[in-house]
Amino acid sequence: MIPFHRTCREVAAILVAREDRDLGLADRLALRIHMAMCDACPKFERQMLTMRNGLRQWRNYTGTDDSAQK
Amino acid sequence: MTGFEQQIVALQDYLLKFARLQLRNDAWAEDAVSETVLAALAKPQSFGNRSQLKTWLVGILKHKVVDALRHHHREVSGLDDSEDAQAEPLDAIAFKADGHFAEQPADWGNPEQQTSSQQFFEILEACASKLPASQGRLFLMREWLELSSEEICKELQLTPTNLYVQLHRARLRLRECLELNWFMKASA
Repeated sequence: MIPFHRTCREVAAILVAREDRDLGLADRLALRIHMAMCDACPKFERQMLTMRNGLRQWRNYTGTDDSAQK
Repeated sequence: MTGFEQQIVALQDYLLKFARLQLRNDAWAEDAVSETVLAALAKPQSFGNRSQLKTWLVGILKHKVVDALRHHHREVSGLDDSEDAQAEPLDAIAFKADGHFAEQPADWGNPEQQTSSQQFFEILEACASKLPASQGRLFLMREWLELSSEEICKELQLTPTNLYVQLHRARLRLRECLELNWFMKASA
């Protein structure tokens, strides 16, 4: 058994969970090790970060229809 | 009506869109918007532009919406029990038997440019509105009301495990919906 080994499926679940809760030490370490060796999971992580960013912009967006209203 | 009153009343539909998305109940949403408008009319003030006015109104609306969620917490904390809502959305992503991605996750392109457009926001709202009702409420409590997981659990008397399961499902469904309706199109 490899210590802190996680499959991509498990890592995807950790990356989703990270949006809503603090990760434990074991998950953080496992994530770091996995991300250094994996091609696919960093791409999934980028998707999650893009979503986070998009949601933040949506939340702060109030509409730019000022000129159209005049 | 004064100019201020007219401006407020003209923004009711704008407010209603958010209230509906968050509360997933038309009657509660209309009440929250009415209370917001009344509260705003009671405190007339001037704003440099319409988007400052909108920001102020949305701030009031968020308080009214939290009140509504608190008031209806029994209905809100009931979790969706349809088979669809119970499904594990990680299963929508193909993994091999050994747990590796069967296909590389798609490159969503240059997100900074793509995610700030009004079209993107419309698709995001459409995707959020397609979430099962209680998943959608919990998700927007995090993302629109910006409540912490602890606050949501306390308000709705949910266990953290229940909340995390719902948020996990909601995020993965949203990811899938955005990929199908936005990022695929954008990169095509």
